[in-house]
Amino acid sequence: MTTVETQLFQTETEDLISGSEAIAIACALADVDVITAYPIRPYDTVMQYVSKLKADGVFDCDFIVAESEHSQFEIVKHASAVGARTFSGSSGVGWFYAFEAITVTAGLRMPVVAMVGNRALDDPGAFGTEHNDALAVRDLGWMLYWVATAQEALDTALLAWRVAEDPNVLLPMAISCDGSFLTHSQAIVKVPASEQVRKYLPPYDRGKLQLHPDNPITVAPQVNEDWLMEIRRQSDEAMKRSVGVIQEAYQEFKEEFGRGDPSPFIEQYMAEDADIILVGMGTLALPVKVAIRRLREQGTKVGFVRVKFFRPFATEELRQALGHSKAVCVIDRDYSYGSPSFGGVLFHEMKSALYSLETRPLMLNFIAGLGGREVRVRDVNQIVEFGQQAMATGKIEQETTWIGVRE
Amino acid sequence: MTTVQDLPQVKGVKNIPLEEQFTSGHRTCQGCESALVMRLMIKAAGPRTIVLGSTGCMYVANTTYYSTPWVVPWMHTQLGSSGSAATGTAAGLSSLMRKGKMHQEPINVIAFCGDGGGADMGLSAISAALQHDEYNLLILMYDNESYANTDIQVSGSSPWGANSTFSPPGKVHRIMNKRWKKNTAPMLATGHPDVRYVATACGSYGLDFTNKIRRALTIGGPTFIHSIDPCPKGWDYDPKFSHELGMLAVETGLWVQYEIIDGEVILNGPSRAIARGIRKRKPITDYLTRQGRFAHMNEEDHKFFQERVDESWEKWWIPGIIPFSPKEQ
Repeated sequence: MTTVETQLFQTETEDLISGSEAIAIACALADVDVITAYPIRPYDTVMQYVSKLKADGVFDCDFIVAESEHSQFEIVKHASAVGARTFSGSSGVGWFYAFEAITVTAGLRMPVVAMVGNRALDDPGAFGTEHNDALAVRDLGWMLYWVATAQEALDTALLAWRVAEDPNVLLPMAISCDGSFLTHSQAIVKVPASEQVRKYLPPYDRGKLQLHPDNPITVAPQVNEDWLMEIRRQSDEAMKRSVGVIQEAYQEFKEEFGRGDPSPFIEQYMAEDADIILVGMGTLALPVKVAIRRLREQGTKVGFVRVKFFRPFATEELRQALGHSKAVCVIDRDYSYGSPSFGGVLFHEMKSALYSLETRPLMLNFIAGLGGREVRVRDVNQIVEFGQQAMATGKIEQETTWIGVRE
Repeated sequence: MTTVQDLPQVKGVKNIPLEEQFTSGHRTCQGCESALVMRLMIKAAGPRTIVLGSTGCMYVANTTYYSTPWVVPWMHTQLGSSGSAATGTAAGLSSLMRKGKMHQEPINVIAFCGDGGGADMGLSAISAALQHDEYNLLILMYDNESYANTDIQVSGSSPWGANSTFSPPGKVHRIMNKRWKKNTAPMLATGHPDVRYVATACGSYGLDFTNKIRRALTIGGPTFIHSIDPCPKGWDYDPKFSHELGMLAVETGLWVQYEIIDGEVILNGPSRAIARGIRKRKPITDYLTRQGRFAHMNEEDHKFFQERVDESWEKWWIPGIIPFSPKEQ
């Protein structure tokens, strides 16, 4: 634990903190009302920091150690219904244990913000990062974001409550952080002052949907075939509206805090004139960027696009960012057994997004870094070589390639 | 701990509030005792109450879009989540009031669950809820002794031998449900010694039921009530006998009415009279033969059933409540 607790967020500071600590601090800055914890590595470090902030009197919240992940998410769902700002989180199979609660949270339009410390799904036991845990909510009405740095973790958390609680959205949001690489690695992070955050983040107001004796509504009665389609459609429209709300909230964030990318949805790195563009999510951006910088020095026209928001998926921006390229190499830190290309989840989403382009780049998929295995610069070089080969021959020999696997 | 509402004990049935908080709009069966339990529960609690209902009959049959019977704010929760729903609601209110984000006021929080949601799936979440002394909440488990909403399947709270769609008597196996009913309320009371109020209840005794709800809501901290609810569909009897069957469950000594208040056990009504030897227990056959779910049982089964009930009154440390006792010296 660093010494942030003594500073009380009076002024903006720079602190050496981990991704988990950055999100814990964001909880305090956002004055979250109810937080629920249950231990599982690696996400639970965020809750260790939250509990310390509370114990030291820096942060006033109801911090509840639940008896399971299912209860963790049920508790925040119900706290959200009465108008409390909420935070929870999990990892790997813990996230899956909570799945019933997770799906109804979206169905009920509760703006719960959760951190997923990405972890491989046991068995066999594995603590390392893999994206299949968080990706499982992709069809449920959760907004889903992958961060790459501790700074981005803090900033995205503030953005998350702002967007999730917007009356035009009211959907939960999960912030995915690669286990160990982000949850446990420290970096210098700009921690804003509480006053700045108060200006940026209005109080959560559930309005006519608040469960309270002054507003005696019935929430989630049986609807069956009579009304479910209309309710699904409303959630769909909320997710569509979230795109504009995210853009506006991100723009204001940049104005208030003075940092951020051109787009809230994707990050482009040397991609404008690139023939080969690598696509990926999370912390593998670091080795990818290092490799690209070196390859650029040798004259190879290669770039990188990092998908930040997986839901809502930035289809149009990705078409614009990738449409000019000759080969797109999608790196998946996840896998979808029996999928159309016997490949990763991101790859299939990318193929779907780019299909309607008039000229489509060649598309290759790489499965890498599963279970927390390191994605090294030389792995990235190998991926680029596959891209170059496809570009030279104009065809794809093998759509999906596992990188760094012992055969 | 936030303060509690002023809900005095009701003296005499004529003084039960007239205002209904659970009215028309539900679709429960004729003779549904659980619907009565809902009505009595919220009548006793009053309008400044939030009710959370976990999946089960009292969700599915009770709460249809556009025709809710609930006058008070009501929200569905998942089958195993009555404990978490109560905790989350109470925590949200408590946090918002403490931080000055919501007007300070004692609001009753009641979460209900059936026997499937409470004694089976939701047991761990109820246990967790009962550990949070800082939240005032009540968990009411309405026990109709089966998963009655999904076609009457046996639960951990079903009686031994009961016919259900998962325990039908067959040509080879007459008794398919060989589990004895869980002793849920004492399990929770002994497991959570800081809980100030745990009780059993029965809708056949309306005034007693009303006052138990009020005591649970005013004593402070988390509380638990377990009610026995005769179910015409699941127990297979004429709906007009619901009240009578509830009374028979008590009069045969199969169901024991009591309150555990701040560490003291107080038997109520006929259960107290039985314990004091003022009243004799009726034979269990009187109860079993009134219900289709036991129609396949033979004399030997009745004898076994009676022996188990006798044992709970004659051999248990606290009759009908604590099944073990200190070794005799």
